[in-house]
Amino acid sequence: MLIFEQSYPGRQAKAQIAKSLFQNMPIDIPAQFKRQNPPRWPECSELQVIRHYTKLSQKNFAIDTNFYPLGSCTMKYNPRGVQKASFLPNFINHHPLTPAQHSQGTMEILYTLQEYLSDITGMSKVALTPMAGSQGEFAGVAMIKAYHEDRSDFARTQILIPDAAHGTNPASAAMCGMDIIEIPTGADGDLDLHQLAAHLGPKTAGIMLTNPSTLGLFSKQILVIAKMVHDAGGLLYYDGANLNAIAGRVRPGDMGFDVMHLNLHKTFATPHGGGGPGAGPVAVNHKLAPYLPVGCVEKNDQGCYYWTTKQHTPKSIGRLSCFMGNMNMLLRAYFYICNLGNQGIKDIGRFASLNANYLFAELQKIGYQAAYPNRRASHEFVITLQQEKMKYQITAMDVAKRLLDYGFHAPTTYFPLLIPECLLIEPTETECKQDLDLFIKAMSKIRSEITNNGTILKSAPHSTHVKRLDDVKAAKELNLNYFGEQR
Amino acid sequence: MAFIPHTQDDIDAMLKSIGINELEQIFDEIPASIPVAKLDSIPASMNEQELLIHANLLAKKNKAATCFMGAGSYDHHIPAAIWDIATRGEFLTSYTPYQAEVSQGTLQVLYEFQSMLSELFGLDVANASLYDGATALAEAILMARRIQKNHQGKSVLIPHMLHPHYKHVLETVLFEQHIQFIEMPFNTEMGITDHLKLNQLNIDNIFAVCMVQPNFLGLLEDVNTITNWAAENQIISIACVNPSSLGLLCPPGQWGQHGVDIACAEGQPFGVPMSSGGPFLGFICCKKQHVRQMPGRIVGKTVDTEQKPGFVLTLQAREQHIRRGKATSNICTNQGLNVVAATLYMSMLGPQGLEQLSSACYQNTHFLAQELAKIPGVKIKYHGHYFHEVIIQFENHFDQLINFFDKTNILPGLILEHYLPEQKNCLLICATEKRTFEEIEQYLKCVKQALLENYNVAQTCQLGV
Repeated sequence: MLIFEQSYPGRQAKAQIAKSLFQNMPIDIPAQFKRQNPPRWPECSELQVIRHYTKLSQKNFAIDTNFYPLGSCTMKYNPRGVQKASFLPNFINHHPLTPAQHSQGTMEILYTLQEYLSDITGMSKVALTPMAGSQGEFAGVAMIKAYHEDRSDFARTQILIPDAAHGTNPASAAMCGMDIIEIPTGADGDLDLHQLAAHLGPKTAGIMLTNPSTLGLFSKQILVIAKMVHDAGGLLYYDGANLNAIAGRVRPGDMGFDVMHLNLHKTFATPHGGGGPGAGPVAVNHKLAPYLPVGCVEKNDQGCYYWTTKQHTPKSIGRLSCFMGNMNMLLRAYFYICNLGNQGIKDIGRFASLNANYLFAELQKIGYQAAYPNRRASHEFVITLQQEKMKYQITAMDVAKRLLDYGFHAPTTYFPLLIPECLLIEPTETECKQDLDLFIKAMSKIRSEITNNGTILKSAPHSTHVKRLDDVKAAKELNLNYFGEQR
Repeated sequence: MAFIPHTQDDIDAMLKSIGINELEQIFDEIPASIPVAKLDSIPASMNEQELLIHANLLAKKNKAATCFMGAGSYDHHIPAAIWDIATRGEFLTSYTPYQAEVSQGTLQVLYEFQSMLSELFGLDVANASLYDGATALAEAILMARRIQKNHQGKSVLIPHMLHPHYKHVLETVLFEQHIQFIEMPFNTEMGITDHLKLNQLNIDNIFAVCMVQPNFLGLLEDVNTITNWAAENQIISIACVNPSSLGLLCPPGQWGQHGVDIACAEGQPFGVPMSSGGPFLGFICCKKQHVRQMPGRIVGKTVDTEQKPGFVLTLQAREQHIRRGKATSNICTNQGLNVVAATLYMSMLGPQGLEQLSSACYQNTHFLAQELAKIPGVKIKYHGHYFHEVIIQFENHFDQLINFFDKTNILPGLILEHYLPEQKNCLLICATEKRTFEEIEQYLKCVKQALLENYNVAQTCQLGV
């Protein structure tokens, strides 16, 4: 039932109605600027509202309720202590334009977070303002562009992107007005170096790479690639979406990358919130530091923190948000790092990869086909159901939906696009062995269902609030608004 | 590490299953010449108790203040239930609802959000959020560019009195796509766009016009005239409004003869804490014919295999994960959790609550402004209609006033000169419904006291502010 269907004319959540302090103050707005009809918002009691949204919440799978091995999304535990720390009144009630001398607490956190993230990434400087990974990518490509243009090298308009890359990479490069050149993946899962060499040249602005790639493979040739791109005059962008795989072990700055973003909602456990808010800080080496977006925190000789503006950094690509990005997410990432400490950060990549390789080994033992069986899983891995589809007409989607019945969120399906009928599985470091074993057991049951009881997979899920939904109808007969079109 | 559950037995069993002897072998594909990270800057771990003590100490270094500042971030009452519900693990720790069957909670909230916003704005459809108001405006302009794909123009008109930070964001985003913006003629006397001079513009180069209501000075613009002018000249009209004003003010879908094409807003006033500036809540609404050019996620209603109603992400062919370099936008992660908060907020307010909210904001600010204007040397700078923000000009002793407030626990408003050099000795002031009678009185008292010559700093303490 929708909230609108519980509405009754004249009912109110009365405790939430603002009081008029100055009832005699006339509201003098000319008729042409005045609203004529109120919006048809629900008229409900406070309890009705609470009950409705509490019940809706119960129709979600979440990290707090289910194992969520969604590849490329790093669905790890989001600590409640961090949540509590970030919601202290002096943090959340603070106006963004409060003078800096009255905001030193928040600014100290941001300054320290910049330092920590520089260290973790092996870069020289960090800007925290991008509000999600894709905005970080936009900022990164804009900086690459600014760097070349600053050197009067106007011919460098091409960004090279592997075919396995996240969709945001080409979309962000396009937002920066760049031409996109797709580089294929070789048979071993690594970038095809011959193809790379063929496309490098005086038009190359840079390359965007995820390492480990979206196939869950660490690029063994990364140092060679870095040299090739640099020799051709291009720069290297690191898509931090998969940083969790190597966090605390190796650093993108030490692999030859010039610029990168971090997804704080992945590696640093800020909550995904059903699709955001995230945060996508950018980190750069000395070459790109002058171009960072504005809104960094610096410390003066008296130990006071201040914001940088375009006056301090005239070559900056500019401002990315009205205020300071997704500030509260930045506080959480800082508190998470405090919680983990030096050793805890070093454990992230190790245990994320341990869990991934354990699942990778066990799933192969029960008969699933790995896309790259001879490689190490770098925090995630791909299995393909191509054979099952040929033999039994069972697809990756069928297996994904059947997993929901067993109480597991589905892995990422049909991505990366170059592996047919694939599932991309990422367990993260915060899952314990018992829970991984339950997942393996469910996958084993599904394995026997594939051969013995295909219909139960084809019609899955069976135990969820709704059955498989009609996407085609949704797109054909658009219903995006309860009230239909406007009056 | 704090959240790694592995016992030594677990580790041993897992290594055996993988077929390696020690944990470090997990990284044997990483070239040995890449150094192992040291991370010397990062201190030892804190447990939760230590973390909360540390966080409290840092929080105390921020000054708590009674907020009379607006300028894009507004201090409204947030019902207690909102963040209790929004931070339930099921909302807080779920991903983007790609697996619809186990995401009906989030999906239905998004659908209800879209419906409530469409109603509020008087437009057919809304998306399920963008980052913030400034980036929503940039996306609205890019959307207008796509709608006008056959238009030769490369320029968009914006109001002179658009929030300066919004202008900076437009510069950053639009620069990359070679879109220029031109400021509309401005009436310095009235503080609003001079719509009489619009016809002097060379319109051949203009594909869209943005309007902001109320403008950065808090004043109401003649949006009906500009909307009609845009329609007559085949220019796409874009509105950028404060949603908390829409209990009183005409929704963008009803501006002029036919309403605007696109509207966008900063949704922070609806249940989202100011939180030093983020995360906020941008979004776009539009007429139905433009929906395929709208960026961001959109939820549609459909049915399952048993004809039971349900919700899914739809029109995904616009988005980056399908369309890659040809997507309507690069946006992926948006501001989903703040959508939950805003939807709860709108449901709790209901239509009467919204009107009462707008009225209380209006009355509080107007009372404060009118009382301030009774003080000698203090005046309301512009004579036009305003909603809940106003420019107050101080003839003398402005620095003294600012210094005085600095020692109180009142955030007196925005010093306008920092953004607009021509606006000397002015404060942009906002008194929302959250400001009490006592707080407003206290504000007035401070101004009176500060403007008295030779005021005694010690007295500020006695004010108890």
